[in-house]
Amino acid sequence: MFDTLSDRLNGIFTKLRGKGRLTDADIDATAREIRLALLEADVALPVVRAFIARIKERARGSEVSQALNPAQQVIKIVHEELVNVLGGDTRRLQLAKQPPTVIMLAGLQGSGKTTLAGKLARFLAGQGHQPLLVAADLQRPNAVTQLQVLGERAGVEVYAPEPGNGVGDPVDVARASIDHAKRVARDVVIVDTAGRLGIDQEMMAQAANIRDAVDPDEVLFVIDAMVGQDAVNTAEAFRDGVGITGVVLSKLDGDARGGAALSVREVTGQPILFASTGEKLEDFDIFHPDRMASRILGM
Amino acid sequence: LGRDRLDEDAWEEIEDSLIGADVGVEATRQIVDRLRERTRVLGTRNPTELRALLAAELVEALDPTLDRSLKVGGKPSVLLVVGVNGSGKTTTCGKIARVLIADGHSVLLGAADTFRAAASEQLATWAGRVGAEVVRGPEGADPASVAFDAVKKGVDTGVDTVLVDTAGRLQNKVGLMDELGKVKRVVEKQGPVDETLLVLDATTGQNGLEQARVFMEVVDVTGVVLTKLDGTAKGGIVIAVQRKLGIPVKLVGLGEGPDDLAPFEPAAFVDALVGTDA
Ligand SMILES: Nc1nc2c(ncn2[C@@H]2O[C@H](COP(=O)(O)OP(=O)(O)OP(=O)(O)O)[C@@H](O)[C@H]2O)c(=O)[nH]1
Ligand SMILES: Nc1nc2c(ncn2[C@@H]2O[C@H](COP(=O)(O)OP(=O)(O)OP(=O)(O)O)[C@@H](O)[C@H]2O)c(=O)[nH]1
Ligand SMILES: [K+]
Ligand SMILES: [Mg+2]
Ligand SMILES: [Mg+2]
Repeated sequence: MFDTLSDRLNGIFTKLRGKGRLTDADIDATAREIRLALLEADVALPVVRAFIARIKERARGSEVSQALNPAQQVIKIVHEELVNVLGGDTRRLQLAKQPPTVIMLAGLQGSGKTTLAGKLARFLAGQGHQPLLVAADLQRPNAVTQLQVLGERAGVEVYAPEPGNGVGDPVDVARASIDHAKRVARDVVIVDTAGRLGIDQEMMAQAANIRDAVDPDEVLFVIDAMVGQDAVNTAEAFRDGVGITGVVLSKLDGDARGGAALSVREVTGQPILFASTGEKLEDFDIFHPDRMASRILGM
Repeated sequence: LGRDRLDEDAWEEIEDSLIGADVGVEATRQIVDRLRERTRVLGTRNPTELRALLAAELVEALDPTLDRSLKVGGKPSVLLVVGVNGSGKTTTCGKIARVLIADGHSVLLGAADTFRAAASEQLATWAGRVGAEVVRGPEGADPASVAFDAVKKGVDTGVDTVLVDTAGRLQNKVGLMDELGKVKRVVEKQGPVDETLLVLDATTGQNGLEQARVFMEVVDVTGVVLTKLDGTAKGGIVIAVQRKLGIPVKLVGLGEGPDDLAPFEPAAFVDALVGTDA
């Protein structure tokens, strides 16, 4: 893809040499190619539009026309702008001054929340914390069992007073988990929740109720890196319905280009904190905006 | 599409609505090119007609004449359910079992996901819900041998259908794809697999085509189940999957409950795709 974008742009810029300045037509053609590259990487259309406007601005400047290789210069600009939007420096988890720190996970069905809960627990335990996992998905068949297995693998206690599979109230469990954490001196509480659709008002209201019951320091929105144009709708729905303080991109071990990262960043304005990169608990990394930018561009 | 002349804006709106539905750049271009051609020939002037033509074009791209019914009828018929992580395979197994049982079939579910935490418990819960039998192996067991055992039990006890649930795997994981190929070969020692269903999440973007391509190569997919169509995602990638690979969508998932499964209807799908956002 890098070669393709590079080739495409080189095609446009061959005429430029000796001409010294980009014409409006050159810039439009350039913008079209970049647009295509981003759409092929699943960046959402409205986000592409805003992004292209920024790129056009810079492509008009002297840094491109005076470059030895204008095509490479444009790609460098695109890359830089991508890194900028994706978050420049990454932020760490916000820990509460008064423990326990509460981290709530939210997202669509199957996005990777429960797995991430296990990963976070393992990661934080490795840093000397005493996390508690909370089974507040009482809906999806055997979500509680799944979390219990992961908790065991991470060597972390799982608070699961209700069996799930339709039995128990997730809001009550979430609320009670905070008291339990205080009682047994856990300093981080990780609340796993059921997958839900942004348009499911009842379930979004439940998520808001869970949030109010635990007063989280972080609400992490977990999104599958394979997601396409729907990323914007979903991110908006979770931003408005639950509130998001950070994003986790999951399944980055796949070969999806992951343009959703850009979409979600733009829409929520919240940083992408982590990358989930496999099914095992150790497949977990801090998010790197520069790597993501290269990936989106197929470099 | 609220204008009464076909200016470039009208065309851009069409393009954007297709891109926004995950139809993809290449397929969108081909569809729009054909549409331009047809509007020229037909002298189409207003956006309402244009929209009707677009819908017709998309329905055609999905080949409405295809037989989309599940091939069941073997003794037992064997269905293998495959796909990437979290797409909805286990849930779909439960839902398909529900439909078959309602039709008077007996169904056995094979829990060949021996890898993911509590995967076989999840399938067993579904089996209980819909009244199917289940065959499980210990966690970490060889998935091919669990699948083999399930089909064997199906043969021995004379059930009508064996549905084999497999672990989610990303198509770029060579080792896991090899393992899936082996699951299918081992099952085939007892007779042909009647259907290999690829479960595709409707929220998936352009990677969906690559998923279909690789799974097709490894296990010869016979149909797609497009899940999570009850959300805001349109699932347009299946148009490219149909055009490029010729794999038809057979069923759609419309929720998390046992009855949230429906046959794929090209016209209704296209309506939802170009309807609201266009
Ligand atoms: N390859 C890969 N698989 C992942 C990753 N994260 C999660 N998974 C897998 O994706 C599937 C779904 O993960 P879950 O953690 O159950 O997702 P969830 O969001 O909790 O799902 P629901 O609770 O049903 O909404 C499982 O098969 C996980 O093993 C990842 O980063 N890479
Ligand atoms: N809204 C909605 N949710 C669905 C649908 N199908 C499945 N789900 C949900 O998606 C999540 C993942 O479903 P599973 O059936 O566990 O997916 P899977 O492909 O078996 O996952 P792995 O085995 O972990 O790869 C669960 O929360 C399901 O309830 C659907 O059609 N609509
Ligand atoms: K939909
Ligand atoms: Mg879960
Ligand atoms: Mg499964």
